[in-house]
Order: sequence, then C-alpha cells, then structure tokens
Amino acid sequence: MAEPILEANTERNYAQPTVSGYFGEYGGRFVAETLTHALDDLAALYAGLKDDPEFKKELYDDLAHFVGRPTPLYLAERMTASLGGAAIYLKREDLNHTGAHKVCNTIGQALLAKRMGKPRVIAETGAGQHGVATATVAARLGLSCDVYMGEEDVHRQSLNVYRMKLMGANVIPVTSGSKTLKDAMNEAMRDWVTNVDNTHYIIGTVAGPHPYPMLVRDFASIIGQEARAQMLQQVGKLPDVVVACVGGGSNAMGIFYPFINDTNVELVGVEAGGRGVSTGAHAAPLNDGKVGVLHGNRSYLMSDDDGQVMETHSVSAGLDYPGVGPEHAHLKDIGRATYAAATDDEAMEAFRMLNRQEGILPALETSHALAWVVKNAPKMSPDQTILVNLSGRGDKDILTVADIDGITL
Amino acid sequence: MDSSTANHGRIAAEFERLAEQGKKALVTFITAGDPGVDFTVPAMHSLVAGGANLLELGIPFSDPEAEGPTIQAANERALANGMTLTRVLEMVVEFRASNRTTPVILMGYLNSVLAMANFAQRAREAGVDGLIMVNLPQEEAAGLRQTLSAEGIDLVSLIAPTTPDQRAKEIVATSSGFLYYVSLKGTTGSSAIAIEEVMERTSFLQTLTRVPICVGFGIKDAESAAAASTHADGVVVGSALVQLMSECPTPMTAAERLETATAEIRNGLDG
Repeated sequence: MAEPILEANTERNYAQPTVSGYFGEYGGRFVAETLTHALDDLAALYAGLKDDPEFKKELYDDLAHFVGRPTPLYLAERMTASLGGAAIYLKREDLNHTGAHKVCNTIGQALLAKRMGKPRVIAETGAGQHGVATATVAARLGLSCDVYMGEEDVHRQSLNVYRMKLMGANVIPVTSGSKTLKDAMNEAMRDWVTNVDNTHYIIGTVAGPHPYPMLVRDFASIIGQEARAQMLQQVGKLPDVVVACVGGGSNAMGIFYPFINDTNVELVGVEAGGRGVSTGAHAAPLNDGKVGVLHGNRSYLMSDDDGQVMETHSVSAGLDYPGVGPEHAHLKDIGRATYAAATDDEAMEAFRMLNRQEGILPALETSHALAWVVKNAPKMSPDQTILVNLSGRGDKDILTVADIDGITL
Repeated sequence: MDSSTANHGRIAAEFERLAEQGKKALVTFITAGDPGVDFTVPAMHSLVAGGANLLELGIPFSDPEAEGPTIQAANERALANGMTLTRVLEMVVEFRASNRTTPVILMGYLNSVLAMANFAQRAREAGVDGLIMVNLPQEEAAGLRQTLSAEGIDLVSLIAPTTPDQRAKEIVATSSGFLYYVSLKGTTGSSAIAIEEVMERTSFLQTLTRVPICVGFGIKDAESAAAASTHADGVVVGSALVQLMSECPTPMTAAERLETATAEIRNGLDG
C-alpha cells in the first residue's frame, strides 16, 4: 500500500522549489559560506538518490517494518456525531514508531548520512519528538548522535530527554537566547559549521536552507500519499478539507503536498495562537508576522521593527517557533492554503474531547489542528469530509496537562 | 579596472596607503553597545590609536548563529542595553565627528538590514564604508550588493576553508572592498585555526585577485596575527577584544586596555 514517496507527484501545475531552493520568493540559502559546500553536496546526493531503486527499497523496508507504515485512516465517529457536521477522518501518525510522523524524515535523512559516509548526526529539538526520532534512527544505523535542546524545553519535556539518552544520544541543553527551539537550532548550526566534515545535520522541519525544506517535505509526504489513496479507497472520494497544525510545518507539508493539484481540496494549516493572536503572545508568523530571514531561509517570521526575532509562546513546545517553512509562506501568498490559529485554551479543549470521545491521546501540537475541526466541522454538511493529520501522540504532554489541571503526578 | 576600486572610498584608500608602506592591515571587531552603550565610540578611537586600520562594528542580533560564546554573550548584552541598528548608525556618526579617515564596516545578519528602510542610504550618510553579512552567500547577495554599491558601500565577501576553487573564483569576481577569509571551520573565537591551511588557501586566493585579503576567526594575539597574514593583506581580531572589553568596568579602562592590546598585535604584524 505504501506508495513510493520520492516518486514524481501526479502534479502538473505546481513544481517547487526552483533549483536554487525558492518557493516563489521564499526559501533560498542564507547561511555562512562554510556551509554552502555541504549543502551543495547534500542537494546533489539527494538529486541522484531520489529515483534510485536501491535507496527507495531501503527506505520503504524501514518505513514498513521498523516504523509500521502505512498508518491507518480512521473515521472518528463519536466526535463527528457530537460536532454534528462534516465527517472527521484522522490520519493516525500517532501510531508511527516513536509516536509521531517525525521518524519518516529522520529515517530518510539518516540513510543520506550513511551514503555520505558521515558517522555522526546532530539535531535540534523542541518538544523532543524530532530528537527522539533522530536518536532512534541513529541507534538503528549505528550513528553517533548529539541533540540540541533549549534548557527550558529540557525541563518541559523530561520524558523525551530520558528516552533519547536511553537510545545512546547525547542531549545538550542550550542556555543562550530564549533557551527554546530557535536557540537549539542556532546551536546545531554552530556545531555543524564546526564539524561539517564528519557530521550530517538532520533538520526536523521544512525550514532551514535549501535543500532541507524540499528534502523534509518529500520524506514527510508519505503521509499525504497514503492518506489520499486511503480516502479514495475507504470513502470513495477526496476530502473537502485537509487540516494540520503548523509550527515549522513538516507534518502539514507532508499531508498537503500530494493534494496540491487537487484544487477542490481545501488545505488549512493551524498555527499556535498562544494566548490569542491579538495579544502578541503566540507562535503564529503566518497570521501575525512579516517576511524575514532566519535559520537559512526567507519566510514569514516573528520579528520586531529592528529585525530582532521575537520570543514566542505556545502551550505546545513543538509549535513554539518564530519562523515557518518557506513553502507555507508561498502557499499562503498564492492562496492555495489558508492559515488559521488556535489558542492554548482551544487546543486544550480539543485535546480533552479526542481523549473522551475517541480514546485517542493526541499531542498538544496536533490538538491545534483538532481545535480548528471543533470550530469548523459543525458549519459543514454531513456529506462533507475533513481529513486531519493526527501528527503525534500526547504521552509526552501528560505532565504539562496535569500541571495545567493543578495535579501533581 | 580591478573591482576593489569600484567604490574608491576609505577602504580602498586605506589598503593603498598600507601597500605603499609595506604594512599589513589590522582589522578589529567589537559589538556595538557592548558591554555598555557608552563604551563603543571611545573604544573605536582607542582601537585606531593602538594601530587598527579598519573598524568592524557588530550589529547586535537576537540569533547570531555563526558566533562563538564570546560574541553571542556580547550580542545579548548589547540587546539588553537597548541597542538597535539605528543606534549603531548614530554611533558611527559620533565617531565620524572626529575621525574622517578610518573605514568603518558593519557586520551582522541579514534580518537586521532588511528591517531598516533605506538602509544603504542611511548607512552612507552615517559614514559607513562596508558591510559584512554573515548569512548572505554569493548566490543571494546580488541585490543587496547593487543597492550598497549605488551608495558607495562595499559588500565584503567571505571565503571559507570549505569553499571549492571554482566557487572561490566566482566569489572573487564580484568582491569589493576586501575579501574576508574565514580561517577555520567553526564559529568566531574558536581555537581550531590551522595556520598551514590558511597559508595555502590565502596564497591560492592571491593568485586569483588583487583585492586585499584579510584573515579572520581565531586570530587572538600578535603571534597568530603575524602567522595568518603571511599570504594575506591583513587580519581581523574580534573575540579576544570583545572578551577584554567585557572585563572592563568603565569605558575609560576599556579604552586604555584596548589600545594596549591593539598595539601589541600591531607590533606582531609589523614584526
């Protein structure tokens, strides 16, 4: 069932990025000169392997037997009934090995590292899901692994920190700047620039310099390719709306991309509205940011009048990032996707609803996409369908939620 | 005509003067507004007094991804002091009130410059001569280079140890002001400088261009400065000076100690 991920899409009109890594006016490669050669090498290697049958076989074998794909497409019947509108289908990425979609990207990139003969991988992580997914594939392939994580997040996500250590990864707390995901990414870039000869940097989202936004999208788009085929098979038609949460935006790009030329399918990304977009305490650059350059690409960014990157807020560590992948910026500008925001409270409400009505514990990141469903499904008719990327499971968030409820576990 | 003379301003004039004297250029870097806003302009004058030929002034940025711990901390202190790019330009104006000849080059990250409308014009009016953008490689630089050039400001190109020969040729072809050779794979202030590799690469670059070449990242004293400049026209010293300033309680002590430290490196270069 797993469709080959790296195969040319059914796309006709949409072909992004350009050879220099641009999605419209976004993307590009804004890095220190020292890294440009490594990025050229990576882009060339990937171009050569995209269609290589042996590489694809290696990838699919791992996705099938190590990760457990394809993941199910599931009709959330009680939630659909209680909202009284469109039928809600969940793409169960929470059932991937390691508990989130992130592992599809890390497996692909770790295989690239192996081809490059690089014995060491590094990663940045916020909620710890990408760090865990990187530590997992490093253990699987026998690579040495260092994960950078903001000191704040090390405290917020102690379970994932310990998981990474159990798998032999070294977790390095980052104490500079705001001590969160963006600072972890700065520190990973500093490591990479120093150790570029023997190290591959596994970026965890569709951001960073070219070719990362393309690479991560391609590896993540197994989600949308499976979901599209499953919709046709199980429901007999494509969904009316595809919805996913957006931090950096990898799970959203992964499910959007195979639907891009299905122009009757509406694509909705949901950013972290934090305490409300109007309060400024959020992580929603597509709703309330401006064009800027950070971490190697040009995209929407939360930055002030002096160009300083602003601190963000979200209940979900994985969405707590001031930038967003450049392809999302492009999809917003051309109107192919729209980007809403859900507040912390709305996400929490949706989180509880899925637990009680479906027996599924979603990640707080994912709960932002569900919050959009709670708000909008009732406005749609019962013969319409919404496809939600249930991007990850929420075991890692239990302590945070208990804390919000005033409970000490 | 050599592209280094395209903008025949203070930078070109300074390198010509040094060439006539058979001297190497000493380029110094400090972060504007660090450790206090009143440190910067006196420090600039004392660097010149100690023998610096060109002054780099760091534009404080929230996410200085190519910097080592010393300059990261300087950025954080400067931002905590309320620094903005507007304030950096005001400092250049203040410096220019009593120094019309020493070239001033701003160094920082692209997002700072993008956020200011008419940056190039305002920088020229303030007395800025050059700009180094850490995260703006050749492929992305054409637009800004043109805008700056129209105001007579040089966009200084960087070349790294990992830059292949062919790419180095392309970079050299559009460079202006001087070429910044990054001496090591790593962040600023690292101790991983490999002098032999620096000599080999800079002597190769000298075969490609007559644009002056300055070596930076990891130069911290007279000895490393002298060695790194063997096949180059000058060196850049940054983290060592930033570290020294951070230990000084007042602008006056910082100015004194900077002048002494600069003079020592100057002597090493003039050896």
